[in-house]
Amino acid sequence: MNKKISLLIVDDEESVRDSLYNWFIEDGFAAGCAESAGAALSMLENNHFDIILTDIKMPGMDGLELLKRIKTIRKETIVIIMTAFATVDTAVQALKDGAFDYVTKPFDPDDLSHLIRNASRQIMLSQENEQLRQHLSLEHVEDIIGNSETIREVLHEVQQVAASNASVIITGESGTGKELFAKAIHANSPRRYFPLVSVHCGALSESLLESELFGHEKGAFTGAVYNRKGRFEMADNGTIFLDEIATISMKMQIELLRVLETKNFIRVGGNKLISSDFRVICATNRDLKQLVEEGRFREDLYYRLNVVNIRIPPLRNRMEDIPELVQHFIKKYCLAMSRNLVGIEAAALLKLQEYDYPGNVRELENMIERAIVVGNGKEIRVKDLPLQKEIATISSESLEDLEKKHVLSILNKYDWNISRAAKALQVDRVTLYNKIKKYDLKQG
Amino acid sequence: MTQKKITLFNFGHFDNDLLSEVGAVAGKEFDAVFTFRKEYVDLSEFFDSSRKQYNGNKLLAFVDQRAGFEQGKLIGLFSVDIFIPILTYIYGQAYLNGKSAIASAHRLSNERYGLARDEKVFLSRLIKEVNHELGHCYGLIHCHTPGCVMQSSTYVEDIDQKNMHFCDSCLLLVRNARDS
Ligand SMILES: [Zn+2]
Ligand SMILES: [Zn+2]
Repeated sequence: MNKKISLLIVDDEESVRDSLYNWFIEDGFAAGCAESAGAALSMLENNHFDIILTDIKMPGMDGLELLKRIKTIRKETIVIIMTAFATVDTAVQALKDGAFDYVTKPFDPDDLSHLIRNASRQIMLSQENEQLRQHLSLEHVEDIIGNSETIREVLHEVQQVAASNASVIITGESGTGKELFAKAIHANSPRRYFPLVSVHCGALSESLLESELFGHEKGAFTGAVYNRKGRFEMADNGTIFLDEIATISMKMQIELLRVLETKNFIRVGGNKLISSDFRVICATNRDLKQLVEEGRFREDLYYRLNVVNIRIPPLRNRMEDIPELVQHFIKKYCLAMSRNLVGIEAAALLKLQEYDYPGNVRELENMIERAIVVGNGKEIRVKDLPLQKEIATISSESLEDLEKKHVLSILNKYDWNISRAAKALQVDRVTLYNKIKKYDLKQG
Repeated sequence: MTQKKITLFNFGHFDNDLLSEVGAVAGKEFDAVFTFRKEYVDLSEFFDSSRKQYNGNKLLAFVDQRAGFEQGKLIGLFSVDIFIPILTYIYGQAYLNGKSAIASAHRLSNERYGLARDEKVFLSRLIKEVNHELGHCYGLIHCHTPGCVMQSSTYVEDIDQKNMHFCDSCLLLVRNARDS
C-alpha cells in the first residue's frame, strides 16, 4: 500500500518542470520529471505513476499522442493535459481520449489544489474496492506500543474496519490513547490521502463547537471578522474524529445527526449549502448505551455512529506492555528535550509495574516526562517518580523567587502535567522544562 | 548539539521592529538563533515584464547562492509580488530539506483586499509564512492537522485560519532537525 501518490511531470520547459516538482514535493507527493513524451514513456516502463501531468506542445511526440499511449499501457492512469493556449478542439479531443482534465497555464494555486484533490479522490475511489478485497497488513501504527494479546486483538479490529466507510465508536477509559486508534484507522483507509480532522468536543462550549464544526461567515457574531472553514469542510474526502462525543448538547446532537444524514450543512451566519464527504470516528469514555437509556443521548444518533465499536483496554489489563511503553516515552521525551537517552533503574521499573494507572497510558507518559525533567540525566530513579514527596522551601521575595514559587504552584495545581501547566503559564513546554531545571523544582 | 541558525534577508521595506517580532516567534519555534539584515539588491533582473511580477524560481536560486557563505537556513523576505512559471502567484517557496526559502508580503496586507489596515493581522500572516517556508527547509511537508502552520494555504483566509505554530508532530520534527 502506497502512502504517497506518485506523479510524473512532462514538459519540455525546465522552469515549468522545476516549479511543479517543487510544489508537489512540498505537498507530500512522490514526483518525477520528464522533458519529453519519449522520456516519459521510457520512465513508465520501470516506474509506476498514479498521475501524469503533461504539456501538450512538445518537440517530437505531443501530449495528446502521449495520452493515447499511456492509456493503452495502463487505463487507470490519470492524465492531466496542460496547455498555454487552450483551444476548444484540442480540449474536446483530449477528454475524448480519456484525459482526466485539461488546464491552461499558468493556473491559480487554488485551481491546482482542486485539480489534484479531484485526481487524488479518483485514486482513492479506485483503491477502495481493491482494498476491501485484499487482506492488508496495518501500517503507520508505530505509536501504538505493546505486543500484548489484548492490544493485538484491538489492532486486528482496526485492520478489519479500516478499509470500509463504516462509522466507528472507540470506547475506553480516559488516557488509553483512543485518538491513536482513530489515526490508525484513518491511515489504513483509502481516505488516507486526505485529512484526519480532530475535534475535542468536550473542550468547547456549544456555540464555539458549532462554529468550529460548521465554520462561520464574516459578521456571524462579535469577533467573526473573517470567514472560517469548519472542521466538517476541512475533513472533505477524509475522516473527522469527534472526541468526547458524549459531552455534546442535545441541540448539537440534532445538528450532527442532520449532517451525518445529508453530508450537507450551512456555515454559522451563512446561507450557502456546503457539502462534504467525510467518514466519522467518535470516541468516548462514557457508556453511550446507558446515556441513551437515560435519555441524555439521542438513540438515532447513537445507532448512526455506532456501526462498529472498538474497545480500548485499560493499561492495567496489559501490564506486560509497560517496559516497552517506558522505553518509547523515554525516547520521545529525551528527543523533545534534546537530551541524551536516559536509562531506568530496575527498582524504578519494578515500581512502575506495580502501579494500577487509573489515568492509563497518559498517566504513565506524564510520569516519564516528569521523571526526565527532574532526573539526573543518566537514569530514571525511584525518587524521580511521583511517589516520593519533597517540600519546597521558598523564603525571599525577589522576582526570581516569585517566578519559582508561581511555576511550582502551577505545576502542583496540574499535578505536574507539563503540557497543561505550560498552557496555564502561557509558555511552551521547552521554556517550562528550562524553568524546572533552573529552579531545580520537584513535585511537592 | 549546536543550536540552529536562521538568517532573514530583508529584501523589502520591512522595519526592524517588525522583523524583531518575526524573529522572536520563529527563533523560539525552531529553537534557533534568529538574525536578520537588510540587503540592497536591484530586483529588476528578476522582473518578468509579461507577467508584471517577480520570478520566484530565480529569486530562490539567488537567495540560495548567497546562502553558500552562511551557516544555517536562510529566508529572503520580499515586498514584491512573486510568481512561478506554472502558477499565477505564490506566497513563498523553499527548497525542501535545503538551505533557502523566500516569502513575499505582497499579498498579506488587508489593504490589498479592500479591508482596513491591521498591523497585527499583517504581522501574524508574515510570521506564519516565514515559519511555514522555514519548515520546508527543515524537511517538513504540508500537514493536514487543522491549525498547524504547515497546512498549505492558497488564500489569505487559509493563512488566517491556521496559527503561527507547528502541531505536535511537526514541532517534534522541527526540533529534531539540524541545520545540515
Ligand atoms: Zn508550503
Ligand atoms: Zn503539522
